[in-house]
Amino acid sequence: MGFPDRIERVVEIAHPPAKVWAALTTAEGLGSWFGNQATIDLRPGGSAQMTWTGGHTADMRVERVEEPTVFGFTWHIYGLPDDDPRRTYVEFTLVPVGAGTRLTVVETGFAQLPEDAYRKAYDGNTQGWASELGELVDYLDAA
Amino acid sequence: MPPDIEAIAEHVFVALADPSRRAILAALASGGPATATDLAGRLPITRQAIAKHLALLAEAGLVTAEPGERRRVRYRLRSAPMQVAQQFLAALARDWDGPLDALRDHLSR
Repeated sequence: MGFPDRIERVVEIAHPPAKVWAALTTAEGLGSWFGNQATIDLRPGGSAQMTWTGGHTADMRVERVEEPTVFGFTWHIYGLPDDDPRRTYVEFTLVPVGAGTRLTVVETGFAQLPEDAYRKAYDGNTQGWASELGELVDYLDAA
Repeated sequence: MPPDIEAIAEHVFVALADPSRRAILAALASGGPATATDLAGRLPITRQAIAKHLALLAEAGLVTAEPGERRRVRYRLRSAPMQVAQQFLAALARDWDGPLDALRDHLSR
């Protein structure tokens, strides 16, 4: 059947990492392109929240902050009850490419068992993502 | 990847693929624990077929049998396997393409 544990996307963005970093890690940025409003305490263990005008809210816990290359957080698995401890781990990696940025987003932990919750959702490793991942190049040429 | 999580999700999706079992699970979800006779009164399915489906669902861990009034067995929905199946659906429902498009648009403004 193939239970998907990991989702990844790679996009090339025609802006330098510092600008992409600000869009990913500030309340103003997150509240512009991702949620309709956002708050963030940008430090490992800090809380972040995005809300949408439809009433949906996403609560995140900041896990990795390595400006301007790695930003990671965990959040609740959509659709599971609010008190379920399982969370997925989302990590953005920014690599400068020419004047732009190669942005990778990896979300893992969909296939975890309930008792693994936190450990599997965030294992804090630091291996090089860009080299091992297939790329969806040309994704953003339209811009 | 743990093999049992996949087996659990598969049980759920197999159960849901059959319209009679879907109706039985939906009736237990909306109305709470019920006997085979209760369900036969509410659904256009024979009591015999309901008993057969309930046995299969119990074996798959999707319902549990519990003693009810006058020694009649009542069946209760088990939510844990459904939550495992929801994890699978959550992965399919996760949309990163839309937000990443929006990020690109945001930075281009």
